[in-house]
Amino acid sequence: MYKYSEFDESFVRARVTEFRDQVARRIDGSLTEEEFKPLRLKNGLYLQLHAYMLRVAIPYGTLNSRQMRQLAMIADRWDKGYGHFTTRQNVQYNWPKLADVPDILEALADVSMHAIQTSGNCIRNVTADHFAGAAADEIEDPRPIAELLRQWSTDHPEFQYLPRKFKIAVTGSPKDRAVTRAHDIGIRMVRNSSGEPGCEILIGGGLGRTPMVGKVVRDFLPTGDLLPYIEAILRVYNLQGRRDNKYKARIKILVHETGLEELKQQIEAEFAARKALFPGINMKLIENLESAFAPPGHDPKPFHNFIDRTRHDPAFRAWAGTNLSEHRIAEYSIVTVSLKPVGGTPGDATSKQMNLLADLAERYAHDELRVSHEQNIILPHVAKSDVPKVFDLLNGAGLATANVGLISDIIACPGMDYCALATARSIPVAQEISKRFDELRLEREIGPIKIKISGCINACGHHHVGHIGILGLDRKGVENYQITLGGDATENAAIGERAGPGFSASALVPALERLLDAYLENRAGPDESFIESYRRLGSLPFKTALYPSDTRIAA
Amino acid sequence: MKTIVRDDGFHLDDLAEEVFISLEELKLGVETPVCLHLANDADPAELPMFFPWLKLVRIPFPNFADGRGFSLAARVRQLGYTGRLRADGHLIADQYPQVRRSGFDEVAIDELHAARQPEFQWKMRTGWRGTSYQQRLLNSG
Repeated sequence: MYKYSEFDESFVRARVTEFRDQVARRIDGSLTEEEFKPLRLKNGLYLQLHAYMLRVAIPYGTLNSRQMRQLAMIADRWDKGYGHFTTRQNVQYNWPKLADVPDILEALADVSMHAIQTSGNCIRNVTADHFAGAAADEIEDPRPIAELLRQWSTDHPEFQYLPRKFKIAVTGSPKDRAVTRAHDIGIRMVRNSSGEPGCEILIGGGLGRTPMVGKVVRDFLPTGDLLPYIEAILRVYNLQGRRDNKYKARIKILVHETGLEELKQQIEAEFAARKALFPGINMKLIENLESAFAPPGHDPKPFHNFIDRTRHDPAFRAWAGTNLSEHRIAEYSIVTVSLKPVGGTPGDATSKQMNLLADLAERYAHDELRVSHEQNIILPHVAKSDVPKVFDLLNGAGLATANVGLISDIIACPGMDYCALATARSIPVAQEISKRFDELRLEREIGPIKIKISGCINACGHHHVGHIGILGLDRKGVENYQITLGGDATENAAIGERAGPGFSASALVPALERLLDAYLENRAGPDESFIESYRRLGSLPFKTALYPSDTRIAA
Repeated sequence: MKTIVRDDGFHLDDLAEEVFISLEELKLGVETPVCLHLANDADPAELPMFFPWLKLVRIPFPNFADGRGFSLAARVRQLGYTGRLRADGHLIADQYPQVRRSGFDEVAIDELHAARQPEFQWKMRTGWRGTSYQQRLLNSG
């Protein structure tokens, strides 16, 4: 794992000191509330519905046991004993006091962490494939590039006051687990025809009120040119992105209004000028970053105990079937720990659970943990022979929910329970869905499916790219939930189609039951997943199930 | 009168009496060196031929949250301008390192603002050199 250089260390410390001073200057009136706002946002501090919220970055979703324990300590000491893992590989504390925040930032700096640029109109925490460095299907570990971008984007003088927030995601696998097509910039690490490593660059993806799938702006960029090229994109965006309307200020709108070809020419021109002055990244620097993310010393061992347990223990078998993923070393597994217990809050973990996860990482997973955008925690390197033990320990802590990729593995934004922007609740909706399908004992029968819930049009719950997306709105003071169908967050990214009129909170779960019954009736066989059925059959049978009395649909 | 902020603190505006002309006016031609007001949505591509005629280039910041001026300054420097470059308007002391690192030499702020954010708050941030990731990455090549 990457270790902070002296510069990183002194930078995060200086930032804490600076923020302490900014808080004091807000209190003495040197800074107006308007002026203080972007400064606190750049340090991760939001004003929510009931209190401040601190969003801490977990760059490219990677952390070690010491860092996880510190997150638990912060939850206990300055918050209410839990943290919430988000869709952007951050962790949020929902109840910190303003006066405590500089101390919390100091505690983060103690373990090489920070909350820098997790909010505000700047380049946000760079995210990456949560299986990076472990997945069997990976071409290259995306984290060296993500770390390079973290350094480059941190306190970049030009790009601290952009028209709007700016999100970058990186994947090194053809299987896109980082939702690169729904980011302002998506980077896919590829090889060209002569086998040289480089990047495919996508721009203009994003969800929110105008969902768009990112478009390829450069199909092959040598890695050494990455910074001047990304800088060119950002400069064009900073100068030309709309500032008259915050809902039209993301780069996706610039791409849409200017046209990809025209924008591409401007980016290339800026890149050429920039590159002439930029000596390029020293490949040595990239090599150093690569060695910082070198695989841990794997120790392949036989795993008869794993096979035996799978044979004889149905609970273990069920969990292994959903929560384990293929590691590039056959004797290892990637373990996904579900933070979605039936009826729980998606993404929440108590300090006790965080400490247990830290212990497991230290003892059984080469001291590595990951946070996924799907709001789960991952132990990326577990020897198969240790998996049964890990399962038992997780089980004892209520962390062995066997539902990864199933209907109760729901992404949900905080919604009306916490968020000032929300127009409807989303956590209780997720809880109700998971409880209902658990009662019906249908989860396994339904199989792989992605349900994603947002409590407002800003789409933090990624509903547009859910196989079933749920958007909570406010209709004259009453919650109303719209359903979208057919969205996809992977390399085949697609924006879901709105099924029809919304449902009241009480009518929503029965509507989903009808929808999933229709899937079970119409699927070609148990091997055809919901999204595959939807693609084969089109929306008609599903809409008919959602709106049985609406004759217009059948017509 | 505006207060001018530089690394060594507050100054009176030595150009307070100057008339600033726009890019359009500059393009019509000038006979003596002038001060240019470069709007933050201007395209500076044709500026280099006028560089010898510029006493100072002023880029406005209508609001401290409007960051176009940072990129415009960087672009003007990238085009080869080495003369005096001024950020003018609502900028806060906390932005001083970003202002300097984007290529500006100085900031012009109004009196009320200078009173609310006095000199020491700006001087705290004048040690902006050698403290950036970007400089480190740039020097790695």
